[in-house]
Order: sequence, then structure tokens, then C-alpha cells
Amino acid sequence: MTTAIAEPRPSPPHHRPDDRVPDYINVSYGVKSWLLTTDHKRIALLYLISITLMFFIGGAFAVVIRLELATPKGDLVSADTYNKLFTMHGIVMLFFFLIPSIPAVLGNFLVPLMVGAKDLAFPRLNLASWYVYMTGALFTLWAMLAGGVDTGWTFYTPLSTSPTTHTHVIPTAVGILILGFSSILTGLNFVVTIHRMRAPGLTWMRLPLFIWSIYGTSLIMLLGTPVITITLVLVAVERLWGIGFFDPRVGGDPVLFQHLFWFYSHPAVYIMILPAMGVVSELVTTFARKTIFGYKFVAYSSMAIAVFGFLVWGHHMFVADESAYAALVFSALSFLVAIPSAIKVFNWTATLYKGSIVFHTPMLYAFGFVGLFTIGGLTGLMLATLAIDVHVTDTYFVVAHFHYIMVGGAIMGYLGGLHFWWPKMTGRMYPEFWAKIAAAIIFFGFNLTFFPQFLLGYLGMNRRYWEYAEEYQVLNVMSSAGATILGVGYLIPFVYLTWSLWRAKEAGPNPWGATGLEWLTPSPPPQDNFPETPVVTMPPYVYSRKEAEVVG
Amino acid sequence: MSARPGALAHHFDSLEQQHEAATLGMWVFLASEILFFGGVLTAYAVYRSLHGDAFAAGSKELFTTVGAINTAVLLSSSLTMALAVYFAHTGRRDWLTLCVGLTMLFGVAFLAVKGTEYYREYRESLIPRYAFDLDKWKDEGAAFGHRVEMFFLFYFVLTGLHAVHMFVGMGLLTYLFVRSRRGDFLPEYYTPVEVIGLYWHFVDIVWIFLFPLLYLIRH
Repeated sequence: MTTAIAEPRPSPPHHRPDDRVPDYINVSYGVKSWLLTTDHKRIALLYLISITLMFFIGGAFAVVIRLELATPKGDLVSADTYNKLFTMHGIVMLFFFLIPSIPAVLGNFLVPLMVGAKDLAFPRLNLASWYVYMTGALFTLWAMLAGGVDTGWTFYTPLSTSPTTHTHVIPTAVGILILGFSSILTGLNFVVTIHRMRAPGLTWMRLPLFIWSIYGTSLIMLLGTPVITITLVLVAVERLWGIGFFDPRVGGDPVLFQHLFWFYSHPAVYIMILPAMGVVSELVTTFARKTIFGYKFVAYSSMAIAVFGFLVWGHHMFVADESAYAALVFSALSFLVAIPSAIKVFNWTATLYKGSIVFHTPMLYAFGFVGLFTIGGLTGLMLATLAIDVHVTDTYFVVAHFHYIMVGGAIMGYLGGLHFWWPKMTGRMYPEFWAKIAAAIIFFGFNLTFFPQFLLGYLGMNRRYWEYAEEYQVLNVMSSAGATILGVGYLIPFVYLTWSLWRAKEAGPNPWGATGLEWLTPSPPPQDNFPETPVVTMPPYVYSRKEAEVVG
Repeated sequence: MSARPGALAHHFDSLEQQHEAATLGMWVFLASEILFFGGVLTAYAVYRSLHGDAFAAGSKELFTTVGAINTAVLLSSSLTMALAVYFAHTGRRDWLTLCVGLTMLFGVAFLAVKGTEYYREYRESLIPRYAFDLDKWKDEGAAFGHRVEMFFLFYFVLTGLHAVHMFVGMGLLTYLFVRSRRGDFLPEYYTPVEVIGLYWHFVDIVWIFLFPLLYLIRH
């Protein structure tokens, strides 16, 4: 018996089907037992199904966008339809997939397990937040079926409030507003659970780094989301009332909308990337068989990103009538965010140094994350530089930059985490061979899609147009081809993960030989997570004692 | 611990842990609420600094005495709410029920007064766009009147959002009233009283900000 970071008392009886406690999946049956569950693990799976659906809807919009852009002429869809496509692609992917992805699925599943609790602090609230999510999603989907919305996902006034904008702004905004409550409640649950439900001996400095990043994310959800809520309320007031706060006729200023909007929506980027960083910290330590380099720095850098993230929103308004002094300050603050982000990248790299690296699929995604996030982050610095930003504002350079962060970063982290904890969630391994192929295809497809867009943007191709000058075609065709490959790459895990539920081999409690409380309990875990509340006696990632154990 | 069976949810180790989790949960929620009101108050601050004169002119149209009375009503409701928590803590059930009931009465009174105020504002043509008498400010120019209109938009949105929170609070108090009459709360377990009390005080404090920002800025 190896000593992990904690010793359950007594050690759970693995592989003895006779007297094994039923796991959370088999503890009860029927649709009702799932729709009325308060078990955080089941709610995580409800979220997994919902956001996967939203991911493929958002992906379908992207398919049409890339098809349209394969030729310079606007020949597949009309300009108006194209406006709706990129708007709805953004709304679905950002609000309904990326923001809930890691927190609501992996966070929901793992936070109680990682802190050694039986459930989140407010299980019923947790279920309620899934229903709130679904209500928001149905509102927005209904708006899309009814004809869609074409204001861009940013809802900039006066376009969004103008009576001449005939698309479904209000239902979409209401959907996002409702969704915001789901975010707030989830964040609230995480914060309280992390503060009040930790197992005996689990001090803050013994918490897994995933928990630190989820904590930082939750703070942003709690303090940022209400601002977008009130902002959308104000937009709705202006649109319904016919007079409003961003209306110059009564002395209002549309730029104020942009400030309020980005006060949430810039930190929202960190809602997407911080949890992925937390996942990568877990993956790098597990598959390098080493403790993290500079635990405190990595932990505090999550908090630093959460705090600095709130102070940089103005860099979205460099060309929108912002004073030179404000722009200077926002530019400088944006550079500051690079410091905690770089600390993480350097510390992961230092963790790899002299590690016994194992190239399982989750680790491939972790490597993908580090590389792509670095490109996304460094181009972010370019955009934070005033002179460059003015040159490339509203070009594909910006599009490529944030896709490197959100797709190259956040989705890589999400897929890595999903593969890593899949055995814990389902009790089954995923097929390693196919998973590696898919990871490689996704990495290749992603770069082929988005790297040409950096070049396109730098050469001056504007975003949000459905046709473009002929000299941009070669790079656009490359991008569309890459998108096809990327799409195939995303379908493969969907197929084999579904397949693995029935056919794949059983995982056992700890297939990776990882530390962390979640690996001490059977896979899938019993309803109350642990047979006995674990007692933690060590910091996380103590791999030195486990060296003798062979992985996988 | 001698609380009623069922008071402790299965995933907590002790009533104390449960109490601390619930209280922290409400504090965290209120932090979120501050940012919610913060967004619209930021917009208010921006426009107040841009159009200070028009906002002062708009403020003059409000019924300050009525607003002051309502402030007193709401502060009284906070007092009875605080007393309710005290009586729950000391286990005096009848006094607890009485105080929760009084808090509700003050809440109803506040909303009723607010309703009459809205009606009087409607009568005086102070409803932006639909019933707004721009001629009152025709000496100051058309733009000025529109900025007063903006002030009233803030007035209705801010007090409206506050009223929505009051309605939610009334629902929560009704729940407390039923449970305290049933005798659910004992000195060992009265977490809902305390948590809902926190919420009620917050709604009160929001008003403490709104009253001067809307009624008292005329000078």
C-alpha cells in the first residue's frame, strides 16, 4: 500500500463486487433520479451533456462561416445571415460552452472530491443552477430558431438598441441574463465549499492547484457576472422603453455600454482560461511524476490573474474614444497580467525538468495547451501595445489571438481534463490509441485553422465581413481546410468516449498513480464520495514516495 | 446539539459547519449583489458628473418627505429584523414570530408608499418617454429637459430594482414567518433567520444609498 497525500480509514475495499457500496451511477435508476438529483457528480454529467450539445451547435455555425469564407465572394449565405452566424457562434461558444465548460463539468465533479467533502455546500442550489442554465439556453436557442440575432456577441449599443435592428435581441439577452445567475450560483457554491468543507488537515497550502484556479474563477464569476446582468437589463430597458442610458438623445453615451460590458467580458476570458490552467497543473505533475515547481507561486498567480483581470477591460476601447491617459494605464495593466500567466508557464516547464514524463493523452493536451496558450498570450501582449492595437483592431489578428486563448487554451485544457478524469467519472478508460490520434488531429487542425488568421489580420483583412479581397483567398482556404480537420478531430473523442461507457476496460480507483483525494475513492465514486472522511497529512503532489509504482 | 431531526443536511459534519456555510454563502451572494447595483450606480455616477444641473433639477421634482418617511419605515424594519435574530438566538419563539411579522408589515408599508409615489409621479408627467412633460424645462433648452428625463429613468430603474429585491425579501419573510410559527427555530438552529436577516439588511442598505443619490442631490 502506498502512502498518498492522505490515508483513508480504513482503505476502501476495491475490486470486491460483493460488498462494494453502489457507485453514484448505479445507486438509483430512472430519468427522475437524474433530473431531481442533488449529487454534484450527477449534476456534472447533466452539464456535460448540455454543454456538449451546445458545443456542436456553436460548431455548426462555425462550419458555415468557414464554408462561406472559402471563397472571396459572398456566395453561400447573405450578408445578414453571415452577421447572425458569427453572432450566434460567439454567443453559444462563449456563454453556453466555454464559461460553464471546466467549472460546471469538471469543477462540479471534482471540487467536493478534491477537498474531501460529501457534496458541494448547497446541493439543491447546484441542481437549481443547472436548471437555470437550461432555461437560459432554451431562451437563446428559441431566439435562434425564431430568426437569430445579428448584433455580434458583444451587443454594442446603439446597434443592439436601435429600433431598426429587427433581430431577436431581447430574448437572446434575456437568455444570457438568466444564464448569468447559473454562473453566480455555481461560483458561490464553489467558494463556500472550498472555505468551509475541506477535510481535516487540508489546509489552503495543501489544496490541489485545480482548486486554487477554480477559486479564482469563482471570484470572477461572482463579481463580474452581476455587472453583465445589470448591463443587459439596461440594454433591455433601452430597447423596450425606447429611451435609455446609452442613448445620446437624452445625454447618454454608447461607450459607457462598452465599459460596462467589458468589465465582465474581459474577466470572462479568465473564467475560461484559469480553470484550464488548473487542469494543466494537475496533468503536468501527474505525468511528469514530480511535485509542482513553486506551488505557492502557481497558486497565488491564479489569484493575481483573477484580480488583475478586473483592471484591464479598457484595452477593448483603445479605438473607441478612450483618452490617451486611460489607454496608457489600461495598456500597462494588461501587460501586468502577463506576469502571473508567465509564472505558470515557466513553473510548468520547470516541473517537467528532469521529470519522468509519460505521454498519455491528457499530457499531450497539456503540452498543446502550454504551446498554444503561449502564442495566444504573447499576441495578447502585442494587442495590449497601443500602436499595434490601433493597426490590427477589428482584423483577423484579434480573431486568431482570442481563438488561441479560448480554443487552443481553454478547450485543450478541457479535453485534457476530460480524458484525465474520465476514468474517475465513468469508471472506464478511454481508448488510448484513438485518443492520441484525436489529440494530434486537433492540434494540427487547430493550428492550420487559426495561424493563417494571424497573417490575414496583419495583412489587413477585417473581421465580420462575409466577403473579402481576392488576395486573401489562399490563407482563407488553408483556414477552412484546417477547420474541417479540427471538426473531425472533435468528433472522434465524442465517438470513442461514448463507446467507452459500455466497452472500455475498467479503470480502477487510480489508473494514473496520481496523488489527490479524488484518486483514493473507487471509480466511479460512491454517492457520498468517500467511505470515510479522509484525513490529509501531506502537501499535494508528493510523487517521490510513489516512484516505485508504474503508471497505467 | 439538540436541534430538530432533519435540521442537519447529510453532507455536513455538524450544525456549526452548516451554519457557517450558509452564512458565508449569503455574504458571498451579497458581494455579488453589490456589483449588480454597482454597475448601474457607476452609470449614474458618470452621468451625474456630466449632467449635474439636470440631475439636481430632476431631484427637485421628487417627494422628499415621502422618501424620508419611507427611509424611516425601512430602517424600522431592519430594527425588527435584528430583534428577530436576537429572539431566535435566545429561543423566544413568540417574540421571533412577532418581529418577523412586524418586519413584513414595514415591508408592505414601504412598498405601498412607493406605489403611491409612483402614481403621483405619473400624475405629474414624470414618466420618461411615455408621460414626460419636457415643457417644464423649456427655459433651459431641449437638451436639458432630456437629461432630466435621463434622471427619471435612473430613478425608476434604481427604485424598481430595489422594489424587486423587496418583493423577494417579502417572500423570504413569509417563509420565515410560517416556519417560526411552527416552532422550527431553536437557539441551536436558526440559520435561516440569520441568513434572511442579512439579505433584508442589505436591501435596506441599498435604499440608504438610493435615498440621498436620488432625493437629496438637489443642492
